[in-house]
Amino acid sequence: MTAPAFDPGTAATRATDAILHDTLYGTHRGVVVDSPPGAGKSTLVVRAALELADAGRPLMVVAQTNAQVDDLVLRLAEKNPELPVGRLHSSDADPYDTALDDLPQVRKSAKAADLTGLPVVISTAAKWAHVTVDEPWRHAIVDEAYQMRSDSLLAVAGLFERALFVGDPGQLDPFAIVGSEQWAGLSYDPSASAVTTLLAHNPDLPQHRLPVSWRLPASAAPLVSDAFYPYTPFRSGTDHGDRRLTFAVPSDGSGPDRVIDEAASSGWGLLELPARHTPRTDPEAVRAVATVVRRLLDRGGAAVSERSPDPAPLTADRIAVGTAHRDQAAAVRSALAELGAADVTVDTANRLQGREYDVTVVLHPLSGRPDATAFHLETGRLCVLASRHRQACIMICRAGVTDLLDDYPSTEPVQLGTVVKFPDGWEANHTVLAHLAEHRVSLRP
Amino acid sequence: MSLIATLARLEAVSTGRARPAATVRHRRLSDRPLVFVPLTTAGEAGAPLGALAGTDRDAPRLLVVPQPRDRDLRFAFLAELSDVVLPYVDSYAESVEAAERTETDPETGKRVKVEVELCADAPQLIVPSHAGVEFVRLLGRSMRFRRTVEQDPEAPYPAPPRVPLLGRWLTHFGERARVPGSSLLLAMTELLARHWATGQSGLEDQHLGALLAWIDPPAGETGAEAALRAELAREEGQLVCPPAGPATDPAFDNKLLAPAIERYDRARTALAAAEDGLQADDRLGELTAAERQIHDLVLSRTLPTWEKVWAGIDLLRALPEGAHVEERWTRDRWSFTGHRDRVLAGEPPQPRRDDAVTAANKLATREREQARLEAQEALDDPLVMAGRRLAGEAFAGEVVDVVMAYSEGKRPSPRPLVTVRTDDRPHLGERAKVYRSLGGKPQSAEFAGYEGEGLVVLRILDKMGRGKEPEAGSVPETGDRLCFTLFEHEQRGGAKLPDPEETPWTHGGPPGEAAPETPDTVTEEDVL
Repeated sequence: MTAPAFDPGTAATRATDAILHDTLYGTHRGVVVDSPPGAGKSTLVVRAALELADAGRPLMVVAQTNAQVDDLVLRLAEKNPELPVGRLHSSDADPYDTALDDLPQVRKSAKAADLTGLPVVISTAAKWAHVTVDEPWRHAIVDEAYQMRSDSLLAVAGLFERALFVGDPGQLDPFAIVGSEQWAGLSYDPSASAVTTLLAHNPDLPQHRLPVSWRLPASAAPLVSDAFYPYTPFRSGTDHGDRRLTFAVPSDGSGPDRVIDEAASSGWGLLELPARHTPRTDPEAVRAVATVVRRLLDRGGAAVSERSPDPAPLTADRIAVGTAHRDQAAAVRSALAELGAADVTVDTANRLQGREYDVTVVLHPLSGRPDATAFHLETGRLCVLASRHRQACIMICRAGVTDLLDDYPSTEPVQLGTVVKFPDGWEANHTVLAHLAEHRVSLRP
Repeated sequence: MSLIATLARLEAVSTGRARPAATVRHRRLSDRPLVFVPLTTAGEAGAPLGALAGTDRDAPRLLVVPQPRDRDLRFAFLAELSDVVLPYVDSYAESVEAAERTETDPETGKRVKVEVELCADAPQLIVPSHAGVEFVRLLGRSMRFRRTVEQDPEAPYPAPPRVPLLGRWLTHFGERARVPGSSLLLAMTELLARHWATGQSGLEDQHLGALLAWIDPPAGETGAEAALRAELAREEGQLVCPPAGPATDPAFDNKLLAPAIERYDRARTALAAAEDGLQADDRLGELTAAERQIHDLVLSRTLPTWEKVWAGIDLLRALPEGAHVEERWTRDRWSFTGHRDRVLAGEPPQPRRDDAVTAANKLATREREQARLEAQEALDDPLVMAGRRLAGEAFAGEVVDVVMAYSEGKRPSPRPLVTVRTDDRPHLGERAKVYRSLGGKPQSAEFAGYEGEGLVVLRILDKMGRGKEPEAGSVPETGDRLCFTLFEHEQRGGAKLPDPEETPWTHGGPPGEAAPETPDTVTEEDVL
């Protein structure tokens, strides 16, 4: 007997239809949608926005960063150039992407009053928090709701009657720069995520899940799903063989070239440096990252995917480097500048959230560390770094991280009343490393 | 740990002495702090064993609970503590100055200035360690919901008159201590560790004796040796340098304290069973002697810590106060005045748990204060700034070129281009904003590019006046030595949150009618 064939397209459509039905016709004040990496969250937000606007319901959209807001405005404009959209922005210099100036239907203002009457108004949570209204919006969409802090939702929740909350529970949790243990376990802990608080107070809200990742290739979805979403598995939208990464220039036999070939054929590559305790900006690891990027560019990569049957060249804008810390990103940037590859995106996990590339090169958060702190073990950090790619992901890491993990089991104090998050970073790190070990290339600088 | 802190610790290890981590004092030290060295009973949370407290280093007041499980004795201790703390707090409540505060007018809803009182100075509690801060919080929590006979004649175990009030004040001190940069309640180990880097770990720095040994080792000894002695040296099985508390050393508990408390208990039982006056007199003598012994034991474990706290105060007083400390202390004074007014207005004690809006407001305030503290410490102290420069968050250098330029638009404004030569390596992104202090106010500039190795070009953006020509002194000149930071110097206020009565549905809706807090229910453990 064969299992019924899983058709990702059908499964995704069914989920989206259910979400839109609950959003438009449901009786609950909120709808929560969990979306794994690259599952079409932005597409869903845009579609829901257009349908709500069509239904004549004034809509406010809350995103977390200005880049996300601008991106949403551009996507809305692409889908429906007729729809008037309000972009509420801050009064700082250069508050929005200048690409918005080319769109006649987008009205931009730093004052909410200038945008009243528009079917859709979009802004960041920080800006919305300063808006006061007499009449709340009929509907809101809260994007990246798992990255929004509870106190930030508290500041804007009075502005709308009902809302669709969309986000990725596996990514980085919001954080506070001061201790907040005093409120741990309270349903409205201000440092918790907005969705945690929302569901604690409204447990019967309908919760949906997008079942298919369109970004992650068939080689990556099972690992990311197992390691970071063990109880809410998802599938890849494409199959093995749908995507292919090839290089015109053959390998020169060096470590970087071998790991590139390994990643091109299997989707994953681990370039392992000898075990050593290093400062955060480990010069050897940084150089290895830069060399891998340089070789990716030099070897004339071409990516085949379901989007384009013709091979698309692997250019600098299709590659990104991810790090845990900003000083590491800065060090990689200057190393890349020396190698003439300054236009490759280099950023921390926090800033790479929601972005997508063909190939990512990741400096492992625990590489060279003498200890494993909660920051470095955070599940979301590794999840973000390991789920930005459409083709392949190459990790650069010092040997000995598995021993480090065994030496530092999680010892965070247990707080009464808090929901324990699964999986913990310790376990997720082990799962990922065990998988990467099968794609290891050793490098002796 | 920042790179400069790691370097300072390495230096401390190699020189055998703590290295300065600051050149100025970043916290306010009152002229008349109240030092409080509490001890607690092992195995029972919040059961004080005794304390030394007072503002005069030569005359501390010794408070002792000879049988820590006896609720009456505990109340007597707390009543005595309130006799020490409350007059001290009150002495700051009376001297006030006029100040202005912006408030929302309830009728018009507009923001208006209101004349209010601001206490001219505020009390300051100093405890030996962070555990002491937690203990203050715990004492406050255990007392503020107690009822006195006047408040509730039916209360099964009425508290002495001023004990609930002491609980409210200690709660306030404990809560304020969570605000970064505040100085109402300070832990000496944290103060010292902020200003000196030792050659031991952060965990070991929580031992006051070891920390002081590194900062000021005895002649002929290295910090490491002295610290090890402070941690481990014993005479007759007892630590020479007793822990700063509130927890005591188990060897002390088992060998000295437990027998003394047993002797006291026996003497008390015997006195109660005395059959006549003569016998009672005898047995009272024994009870007094037993009590005396416990007093001496508590004194012997608190006095060394008391002296160390004052030694720490001496060390810190030798440092000049940082320029922004006064401003932060003013906020402490506002906090003190605010609580004084709430007590005077007869408001109920602080609730057990914050509501959603209060919690969010507190978190926002603390995050703002944390960012402000980090910026102010760097601006006040070249050594702290050096750490930020080493981390790529600031850079200092000499202005080598200034080219006048103007913004485009109808009314061109000055946007001079300033080239700074620096040896630092700031993490400057495209068009990154940087700030320098100009007459105490931040002037912002934007990174325009590198002109060569170590030559940073900046476009000055503001604080140049309204005219076409910049005001005199507002634009850097060639030869000026300047320090620019990548972090902002001042913090913006956050958004206004709804009133608690308007808590939205996502956060459980309004908290409802505030029910008066009841004291904790009495459990079996309470009447052991």
